[in-house]
Amino acid sequence: MIIDHPLLGPRDAAEFVYLGDVSLIDRPDWQAEDAMQRFHDYGYLRDNPAGLHKELWYHEQGDRSWLVVTRDTTTHEITAVELARDVARDRGRDR
Amino acid sequence: MRYSALRILREGLTGNKGWKPVWREPDPKAEYDIVIVGGGGHGLATAYYLAKEFGMRNIAVLEKGWLGSGNIGRNTTIIRSNYLLPGNEPFYEFSLKLWEGLEQDFNYNAMVSQRSILNLFHSDAQRDAFVRRGNAMILAGADAELADEAQLRRELPFLDFDNARFPIKGGLYQRRGGTVRHDAVAWGYARGADERGVDIIQNCEVTGFDIQNGQCRGVETTRGAIKARKVAVCVAGSSSRVMEKAGMRLPIESHVLQAFVTEGLKPVLPGVITFGAGHFYVSQSDKGGLVFGGDIDGYNTYAQRGNLPVVEDVAEGGMAIMPMIGRARLLRSWGGVMDMSMDGSPFIDRTHIDGLYFNGGWCYGGFKATPASGFCYAHLLARDEPHPTATQMRLDRFMTGNLIDEKGAGNQPNLH
Repeated sequence: MIIDHPLLGPRDAAEFVYLGDVSLIDRPDWQAEDAMQRFHDYGYLRDNPAGLHKELWYHEQGDRSWLVVTRDTTTHEITAVELARDVARDRGRDR
Repeated sequence: MRYSALRILREGLTGNKGWKPVWREPDPKAEYDIVIVGGGGHGLATAYYLAKEFGMRNIAVLEKGWLGSGNIGRNTTIIRSNYLLPGNEPFYEFSLKLWEGLEQDFNYNAMVSQRSILNLFHSDAQRDAFVRRGNAMILAGADAELADEAQLRRELPFLDFDNARFPIKGGLYQRRGGTVRHDAVAWGYARGADERGVDIIQNCEVTGFDIQNGQCRGVETTRGAIKARKVAVCVAGSSSRVMEKAGMRLPIESHVLQAFVTEGLKPVLPGVITFGAGHFYVSQSDKGGLVFGGDIDGYNTYAQRGNLPVVEDVAEGGMAIMPMIGRARLLRSWGGVMDMSMDGSPFIDRTHIDGLYFNGGWCYGGFKATPASGFCYAHLLARDEPHPTATQMRLDRFMTGNLIDEKGAGNQPNLH
């Protein structure tokens, strides 16, 4: 697979480390009443669709940026690559 | 019809006209006591043991494609019980004992061959870890035997003992481990279940669950609605997709594991051999092909095929312990989709929905578990309590903190 890095252009997927489901960006509030349940769901449950999947890849053997890759899990076709930082800010995170 | 040598002789002398289809192809009835979703190894084994050991008869197995079209026909056929943790080892040893009596039990030749499995170690620290594992196995009633380098040099002279990076210092044998003809396992269980009245329904995909007031009353399928007192999902590889229809999100990712077969060779490998410093395992099939594999690709996929970086990694692992493998030509390779769970261990449990049961999360260890998985799932379905060897395979273990994490890798499925 080739990942089209937003800053560096097309790179071999072997340069990256895979983390998983993009929901890992949305870390729960540790002070919430139901923090226990939320952290369980955050840490252990995953969206695992057959089809388009948004997922986190880390460019370990490159510029060490985190990316959000939109990939079809039935064909391996990659349709979008964004910097995870931009995605996190769009979701209301400050960094 | 009972299979025997006498039967073969008689059929051979009478033109082989007496052989019958091995199972029926019934239409689904409107209602069953138990509907098993998934006609793979585990689903068929569940049906077989429900009928044989627990006296249940009114059972259907629903299969989306054809029998055994999933991972029961896409694995590297290895059986073993060399686990460490108390939540796992008794279960896998129970499975190995069932393998040992399986062919006599279901009267079908599954070519169970206890040709041994050898896990190589490459350092003093790894030897210590393997001694500990061997002791844990013996405590659970399994067999384990530590082999030093001198013994292995006599037994397996072709290994690269003096490899500069990963010298071979010895290995942990499980002599009762080995290989099995994987398709025959599905066929044998299907035949045994069918003989006892289980309806095996192929080309019947479950499209939804009939859930009312927190109770599962049946399934919607491409061949109409089927009512059931209990619905038992058993679709490892596609667990998330199926359980999503019941509104559940699982502690599972689907990953692809590749496997490879070379051209047929004269006998060179006596048993199963695994590399201790990377991920590589190899055995030789009865047809002569070297069957081997390594790590999962490491990203979510349902594509049943992998990519080249892992092919290279597997080849490097093979060359590191067994340079002669470089002379063999690869005949074919394939991929199977695995339920990779958050601690690398499986689930056999009830769900929070009454009447809906779940079996999955087998990572890439599902084949060896087939008999015990079926037996323990049948036990749970028939008696509503877990089998003594499967009490820790709970869906809620991440909430309660009772993880079964053999590798200690944490909630990162592609590291298990």
